[in-house]
Amino acid sequence: MQFSEHWLRSLVNPPLDSGELAHLLTMAGLEVEEMRAAAPDFSRVVVARVLSTEKHPDADKLKLCRVDAGQASVDGPLQIVCGAPNVAPGMLVPCALVGAELPGMSIKKAKVRGVESFGMLCSARELGLSEDHGGLLALSADALVGQDIREHLLLDDTLLTLKLTPNRADCLSLTGIAREVSALTGAPLCLPEIKPVPAAHDQKRSIVLDASAACPRYCGRIVSGVDARAPSPEWIKRRLERSGIRSISALVDVTNYVMLELGQPLHAFDNAKLVGAIHVRYPNPGERLTLLSGAVVTPSADTALIADECAQPGGRALALAGIMGGEESGITEDTRELFLESAFFSPVAVAGKARALGFSSDASYRYERGVDFTLQRAAIERATQLILDICGGTPGPVIEAVSEADLPLRRPVRLRSARAAKVLGILLAPAQIEKLLLGLGFPLQQEGDDFIVSPPPHRFDIEIEEDLIEEIARLHGYDNIPSPVPEGQLAMRPLPEERRSAMQVRQLVAERDYQEVVNYSFVDAAWETDFCANPSPIVLSNPIASQMGVMRSSLIGSLIGSLVFNLKRRERRVRVFEIGRCFLRDEGAAPVAGYAQPLRLAALCAGPAEPEQWGESSRNVDFYDAKCDLEALFAPRLLRFEKIVHPALHPGRSANVLLDGKAVGVIGEVHPRWVQKYELAALGNAAPMVFEIELEALISQPLPRMTEVSRFPTVVRDLALVVAIDQPLQGLQDAMRAVAPAIVRGLELFDVYHGKGIAENKKSLAFRIVMQDTEKTLADSEADAVIGKLIAVAQQEFGATVRA
Amino acid sequence: MQDSEHIEQLDQLDQFAQLVELVAVASAEFARINDAAQLEQAKARFLGKSGALTELLKGLGKLPADQRRSQGAAINQAKDRIEAALFERRELIKRVALDAQLAAEALDVTLPGRGRGRGGLHPAIRTLARIEQLFRSIGFEVADGPEIETDWYNFTSLNTPENHPARSMHDTFYLESSPGVNAPGVLLRTHTSPVQIRYMQAHVAQYGHLEQMPEIRIIAPGRVYRVDSDATHSPMFHQVEGLMVGENVSFADLKGVAADFLRRFFESDDLKTRFRPSFFPFTEPSAEIDVAFMSGPMEGRWLEIGGCGMVHPNVLANGGIDPERYTGFAFGMGPDRLTMLRYGIDDLRLFYDGDLRFLSQFK
Repeated sequence: MQFSEHWLRSLVNPPLDSGELAHLLTMAGLEVEEMRAAAPDFSRVVVARVLSTEKHPDADKLKLCRVDAGQASVDGPLQIVCGAPNVAPGMLVPCALVGAELPGMSIKKAKVRGVESFGMLCSARELGLSEDHGGLLALSADALVGQDIREHLLLDDTLLTLKLTPNRADCLSLTGIAREVSALTGAPLCLPEIKPVPAAHDQKRSIVLDASAACPRYCGRIVSGVDARAPSPEWIKRRLERSGIRSISALVDVTNYVMLELGQPLHAFDNAKLVGAIHVRYPNPGERLTLLSGAVVTPSADTALIADECAQPGGRALALAGIMGGEESGITEDTRELFLESAFFSPVAVAGKARALGFSSDASYRYERGVDFTLQRAAIERATQLILDICGGTPGPVIEAVSEADLPLRRPVRLRSARAAKVLGILLAPAQIEKLLLGLGFPLQQEGDDFIVSPPPHRFDIEIEEDLIEEIARLHGYDNIPSPVPEGQLAMRPLPEERRSAMQVRQLVAERDYQEVVNYSFVDAAWETDFCANPSPIVLSNPIASQMGVMRSSLIGSLIGSLVFNLKRRERRVRVFEIGRCFLRDEGAAPVAGYAQPLRLAALCAGPAEPEQWGESSRNVDFYDAKCDLEALFAPRLLRFEKIVHPALHPGRSANVLLDGKAVGVIGEVHPRWVQKYELAALGNAAPMVFEIELEALISQPLPRMTEVSRFPTVVRDLALVVAIDQPLQGLQDAMRAVAPAIVRGLELFDVYHGKGIAENKKSLAFRIVMQDTEKTLADSEADAVIGKLIAVAQQEFGATVRA
Repeated sequence: MQDSEHIEQLDQLDQFAQLVELVAVASAEFARINDAAQLEQAKARFLGKSGALTELLKGLGKLPADQRRSQGAAINQAKDRIEAALFERRELIKRVALDAQLAAEALDVTLPGRGRGRGGLHPAIRTLARIEQLFRSIGFEVADGPEIETDWYNFTSLNTPENHPARSMHDTFYLESSPGVNAPGVLLRTHTSPVQIRYMQAHVAQYGHLEQMPEIRIIAPGRVYRVDSDATHSPMFHQVEGLMVGENVSFADLKGVAADFLRRFFESDDLKTRFRPSFFPFTEPSAEIDVAFMSGPMEGRWLEIGGCGMVHPNVLANGGIDPERYTGFAFGMGPDRLTMLRYGIDDLRLFYDGDLRFLSQFK
């Protein structure tokens, strides 16, 4: 809501400067979003009359003008050279006198092509008033020659723009803002007096409220004999323009003016185009309407229409009630007879309708937030008077249809002084509360320390006690409420040791040299197909871009996206991780049925395993580097890995990650197909490694429990077994561990060998077996027996031989 | 000089003078030697089995008893002095050898260290971590909620029914059930406020049977979504919700907590906060929180940091809490905005494009 400070001050004029006024409004909840001068600074520009013009002797396009500038030309008309095409004798124009300072220009006595010039006649652009540079700014005939142009055009004005919250529709008018300023400052309110304009004839249309819930009140009036071509007066145009509304024609300007002044949207129909009574009703099936904007709409069944009784089944739609008029019944320059509408449409009936049709209008914006439902008659009288003043004509009677039962209720609200004090946390005496409420002008009764407040019809946001408490707080001033540090109970909050926070997990991953990224949860549908083989991802109805059209079911695509972004910026070593939700269809999911939304952690590493450094040869990361990182995150808990086939991953280099027998994620090398398609092996890199894990699995942590430390020495034996080259370690190690007695404290692989001395289709796995007893020193024979057992199981189940 | 020559000379000299001479000779000889092994050989010549002193000691037996004692003491004294000279020389040689070794082993300590580097957290997450820490210090817990949310939790339960004008304040992402058709009742949450309702419901389920429920004190950080994209708006961004509900929680408490938080977050008492009346359907009274720095590039400008207010009675009731008995405050802040102010970041889009050159600055 933009408005002119000058206009506001004509209604209420507190002793505050512009800045203070803006601060007052902002701190009362009417945020002043922008404040700017109506015109740039300039000086010594006056209203002048062009007395005569003659051609410049040496320039075709220039004229010599003799100008009466009032006081400044007391010694005779000024001679001014002017190049404007529209300059003509008799014209009233702004004249910058010698010594004037204009935006970006100083006016001096000058010689123009050999002729002296004592000033400059100005266009609107030269004064910084608009971009119009078509010619001199022509002033209205009532301009006083010699008057400072700033006074004449009221240029010392400030335009304020309010960013109004949806609850303060009452401030969508100058009257409303003035009422608020008056309540805040105590300055008297001086609203224009609105007198009923008596009917001069008895032409009228009856009004039928078929949809009375949507339209509880409708006032209509015929004004005949108007001159639709009459010019709009300067003062109306100025106030509209300073409110950001373009002047269109006198009739339209008046309806807009009254809307800005009072907050009541009005509509003017061309009465000659209407037939029979006016109905407010819901649309007939399939009924269409062409709006003033030219758009053709088929309003939904719950959108109220203004219609007449034109001979077609069910009558003819004229306008979308409270939203926009129709083209067919609209006024034109030839309109001689008006039908003025001033109605109250209920907020519920209008809310969301314009948005559903893809636009918004000043009327719908006001109606859906709430218009004073007692204002309609006053507004139609105000508009009538202005129309008669400007366009002439004679008014008929105001016909008012009203359905009292459908008008909004204004239930009295009880405000308990003690409750207000408790909610706000301040001491507030009933007398103070009373004073604040009276300032708002709300009717109220006192009952003990309680106040029974009747919300006025212009306020749609006073329904419960808290609403009044807010009013009190606002008027008291939020600044005047103290901000103590709250007191509370000192009970400690539980912090289970068996759970880590997501933040701790993040720190651990960062310690492994991964940088956290945050990617959008919506991704390209191709990523879902490529990396998740997901043919039916969760699709957004209204994505901001097609490549952000579906919800990701895996973080892997996003990390590959991060890799691509950084490779393009020649960042070769990329190690990134993300913690975020993934979104999967799941009918049984909770808490939102149909959508499982697990939090996951994923990490990707690509390029050199170590940062580039001296003294170490560089190599690209491989599967086991990523696996080491993953295992470190889970330590001390042990993971198991099973080969899997995963759409994103190399089938020979990918695994399911199992924790306590449960799959908690995947790890692997990105499939060569995607390495090629997404150009992931740029800058000399090999394929990137990724893992993706359910975050919950990383959060839980076992509580450490001590086992006895033996006093006796350990016996260490190494055992190298030769097995088939494709024999996975896990099965062999499991089998050996299964037969190992309790004295075996460790059975770990320490070397894998394939090459000289070993058959082509074989490999050697070397284990270090650490044995220790808690009761005694182990004898060699005992250790030998253990090794014998291990060899036996390896031979029997895996065809292993002991490496010579 | 040859051993035989020493002995000859000794034979010719007075015993004591001989000893003095011997000590001098040994000391001189040791001093010439710079090698540990040569020093040990030289030692043998004086103190070894057939060394000069040993020979002298052997000769003691031939002396009369009275001479034997004084002569023995003199020889022992001479031996001590030779040993001392030897020790001193040995230490010197060791020290020189060590110095040489150290000099040879010296590194260029200015070469960079080797090994793996360290990653870091995303700057907005770093801010969330700090926010969590600050609020934990006054007894707030961290809560979480789904990002695909129901219409009821995101809007209706928060006192924002269908077609409420406040819904137009949030440009909402909807999901599609089939091409061109919105999935009914679900959306991407536009704020973290739905966590309020979910947490209150869980709290009531857990403590509702008690005479007096414990206070609710939570913050709920997370991702939220709105259809918006430019230098200061991202279609996905972070928000952190705060909620405190109890029997005596007031607007003044809200002001106190929020102002204290901002001072601690920016680690500056040189910071002004103001609470400006505003409107949110789910709070009443409502306020915007603005801050202004007293120095730096943003000096004196009021910057919007978040919205807050007293939880609307309808919202408490939707959470299962008696609004007459309990009151509460809630706030929602933009950690991305806080991050930008804290670290001098001027473009929100940097947060979400994964540029390592940007992100790695926040280790």
